[in-house]
Amino acid sequence: MNSRVDLAQDAGQQVPSRVRIQTGLPSGRTATTVEAMVAPELVFDSRGVSIFYGAKQALSDVNLGIRRGQITALIGPSGCGKTTFLRSLNRMNDSVASFRIEGQILYHGHDIYGSAVDRVEVRRRIGMVFQKPNPFPKSIYDNVAWAPRNLGLRRGLDERVESALRGAALWDEVKDRLKDSALGLSGGQQQRLCIARAIAVEPDVLLLDEPASALDPIATGAIEDLMHSLKGRFTIVIVTHNMQQAARVADRTAFFSLETGGAKPVGTLIEVDETVKVFGEPRDPRTRDYVSGRFG
Amino acid sequence: MSEQLIPDPAAPLTPSGNLRRRQIVSRGAEVAATAAAVAAIAVLAIVIWTVVARGAKAIDLEFIFTGYPTGVGPMLLGTIVIALVATAMAMPFGVLIALFLTEYAGARGTRLLKLTLDLLNGLPSIILGLFVFALLVDHKQQSAFSGSLALAIIELPLIARGSQEVLQLVPKGLREASDALGVARWRSVLTVTLPTAIGGIVTATVLAVARAAGETAPLILTTSVFDPKAFSVNPFEALPNVPTWIYKLSEEGNPEGFTEAWGMSLLLVSFILFASLGARALLARSKRKLSSP
Repeated sequence: MNSRVDLAQDAGQQVPSRVRIQTGLPSGRTATTVEAMVAPELVFDSRGVSIFYGAKQALSDVNLGIRRGQITALIGPSGCGKTTFLRSLNRMNDSVASFRIEGQILYHGHDIYGSAVDRVEVRRRIGMVFQKPNPFPKSIYDNVAWAPRNLGLRRGLDERVESALRGAALWDEVKDRLKDSALGLSGGQQQRLCIARAIAVEPDVLLLDEPASALDPIATGAIEDLMHSLKGRFTIVIVTHNMQQAARVADRTAFFSLETGGAKPVGTLIEVDETVKVFGEPRDPRTRDYVSGRFG
Repeated sequence: MSEQLIPDPAAPLTPSGNLRRRQIVSRGAEVAATAAAVAAIAVLAIVIWTVVARGAKAIDLEFIFTGYPTGVGPMLLGTIVIALVATAMAMPFGVLIALFLTEYAGARGTRLLKLTLDLLNGLPSIILGLFVFALLVDHKQQSAFSGSLALAIIELPLIARGSQEVLQLVPKGLREASDALGVARWRSVLTVTLPTAIGGIVTATVLAVARAAGETAPLILTTSVFDPKAFSVNPFEALPNVPTWIYKLSEEGNPEGFTEAWGMSLLLVSFILFASLGARALLARSKRKLSSP
């Protein structure tokens, strides 16, 4: 359990002792969460998270730890709440008026929804790439330089843009036309540009919401290769509909499903484990049905 | 069964029963609708033609650039000053209101504010003129500024609603993208949303100026006692201006004055037409740019 405290210190966070004590406490986990024998470094620690949109409950009691430097895939059928969960990791759901969250999402020990937490600062550290590529209607260069400029990181901007574009495996394709509009790029290039834009501010975490679902197989392959190369530098959480994609890229996989125990179906975390185990020898029959294609 | 609704299926496919009568009614409705549409175009065409036919002979360089009695230069200059001052007041306000509507307001605030703007837009200009008259002119003195204030109130809802419609077209994905990069909302608005929508905002402003440039009633109350010979740009005195001068000349019953009034009308109508058409072309361009990235 001490490793979590170490982690907070590693990351250079100013952790008040109160929070440090809190993070050291054993969490009230349910049987759905699997902890490795040695507690791994957790970037996110979701404890009993339930999410509501107005009266409708989208997610129920999610306990999920997301490990540092790894790729964690969230899979499951449509409407199971995996995207909702992803978007609550960097408070992108805050703009939904009826959104309400119960439980705690700890990020390096800090409650993401704590009262003193500024959501702009949260997103500064936790970047996100969306399902549909959404470059700004600006030049390729300005797309990547936009956030650093607005965050006051003006020194060495050219180098920063280049290294972000190299990081996103896009540099060689665009280095001669940095001043051209980003809207002239292909869909796959636009999505890699969005990834470059996100890593240009050197976030700690990258959240990817079905980043390849709007792309053809070749562009999808490029994005998956890119994720492998970004692993380790960033902690990555990816939502995907595509089980093969999860199997190809993710270290760990979390399977969400719709549970119809109550009156209305509610998204629930069924199982989380090493990807090979989730796909090879799932413990829960619902996971087995899903990954074997019998349902969803 | 006296009448068979569907006749013998094998009969030739020519009109049967009351179909012929129904066809005539249908034809009549189509003709009436088309005629009404043509009439609308005809009204605009006849108005423009009349203004051009009667005003064209008054217009030459002397008419545009000299003062009374040979030309109307001071009125043109005054109208430009009044419209500029009005727009300088209305545009920032209007754009801020539009930003409030699209970026910050909740559902109830949006509905209330939209209703307010539409009601404000429907207020007769004479009422606004009277309001500004009571506020700034009565017991004091007329000034171009008070005229501008009245025109600014007229422009405000047009700019706010027009800008809001374009701001709404800015794709949601762009807002999400800038939010997700950890940049404060206001900086996103300044550097992403506004530049993306600027074409539409300019359009809305130009359309509002075109509307305000011809407003007469508020100016009669606020800036109508002026020296038609003096070229002045001082907004704190009553400035000569086109609409009140057209009004004055038309009241006099002097044939030369009529020609002059038509000449000014032609200048005003040309400005409004070109501004509106130009603004619409610009709007169409920026909408195309927004909808097909």
